[in-house]
Amino acid sequence: MKVLAGLMLVLASGCATTNGDERDPIEGFNRGVYRFNETFDDYVAKPVATAYRKALHVEIRTRVGNFFANVQDIFIGVNNFLQGKFEDGVNDWARFAFNSTFGIFGLHDFASDAGLEKHNEDFGQTFGRWGAPPGPYLILPFLGSSTVRDGAGTAVDWYAAPLAEVRPINLRNSLLALYLVNTRSELLEASRILEEAALDKYVFQRDAYLQRRRSLIYDGSPPREKLE
Amino acid sequence: MKRIVATLLFAILPVAAFAQDMAPDALVKNVTLEVVDLIAKDKEIRTGSRAKLIGVIEAKVLPHFNFTAMTALAMGQNWNKASPEQKKRLTEEFKTLLVRTYASALAAYSEQKFDFRPLRAKATDTDVTVNVRVLQPGAQPVTLDYSMEKTAHGWKVYDVMVGGVSLVANYRTEFGNSVRASGIDGLIKDLQAKNRSLTEKK
Repeated sequence: MKVLAGLMLVLASGCATTNGDERDPIEGFNRGVYRFNETFDDYVAKPVATAYRKALHVEIRTRVGNFFANVQDIFIGVNNFLQGKFEDGVNDWARFAFNSTFGIFGLHDFASDAGLEKHNEDFGQTFGRWGAPPGPYLILPFLGSSTVRDGAGTAVDWYAAPLAEVRPINLRNSLLALYLVNTRSELLEASRILEEAALDKYVFQRDAYLQRRRSLIYDGSPPREKLE
Repeated sequence: MKRIVATLLFAILPVAAFAQDMAPDALVKNVTLEVVDLIAKDKEIRTGSRAKLIGVIEAKVLPHFNFTAMTALAMGQNWNKASPEQKKRLTEEFKTLLVRTYASALAAYSEQKFDFRPLRAKATDTDVTVNVRVLQPGAQPVTLDYSMEKTAHGWKVYDVMVGGVSLVANYRTEFGNSVRASGIDGLIKDLQAKNRSLTEKK
């Protein structure tokens, strides 16, 4: 009996250290991956992204970002169609057609100036729109915050991405590296602000991610959750 | 002397009354544009003077925020367990943290274009959301939603949602964890330590 009580105590204290958030049942595992990602970011991703930003003028970095954003509009459109938002899907494909031609392979985002707004969609959001619950919070190696649903979505995103079809492999890998470095460089300010704002960065980032995804699934206007 | 004071008071009063009567969306627009304009014209701020930027925020933005309400919402049920003295200190520390975060965000994004959306609310509403969008090239606009409540002293912001993320809600888990681990005084200490570390860094 004493042993059982002792065991209960150990389990309870184990819960206390991970705070037992119901949305994050595998917090221990996640924190492990999180530490790995943070170390990778501190020693590799952030220094490379910072050097990249110093080396290239903002004009050029914007073009790089535009190029990848343009390619992504194809599947942003697909996802809008899959969610039954046909007008938005047509908008996204019109953006792609417009920017790929007049915008020279997407280097210029003329479509935005013309009033065709950029959207934010992916397969994780589509699954959410179809009614799939997020499932447990999940931190992916290198990629960071996700959930079981969004992780499955990300797998489809990457599988479907036109970038994955690029051959030769060397060119594909170079483009992928450029994409990742450019994306990280765009997030340098945001990650610094996060660092400043959070008492516990892991928790702050998790809650922000879950809120953000919920908002995205409802295209910015989720049913209001009243804070008591 | 009395006449001068009276005249001065009269000169000031209409302005104060004006700010109180101003519609919430107009208030957000005016304050945002004023602050962005001040930053654009101030060389010290643009070259990185965080202290001066915080000064501008304290003078122009803070009067329109209800920090007690924000702290109470972030605390949730723990708010009622705090003594008046603890409430005061919590609010003070949380305010300092939010102002710093806000200053960092402004310094990073003040050069973007803003799109102030028309208010969707009835004239009789006392709790509204003012939508602003920050436009950036090649990406979906970032939404800023200000939750505002009508008070006797004009409209006051009690939450800001950035890209769908409520600041107040986002501190809830952190505050809750901190209180559970070391009580309300523990949370006050955590906030103080956080603010101190930010001051030292700058």
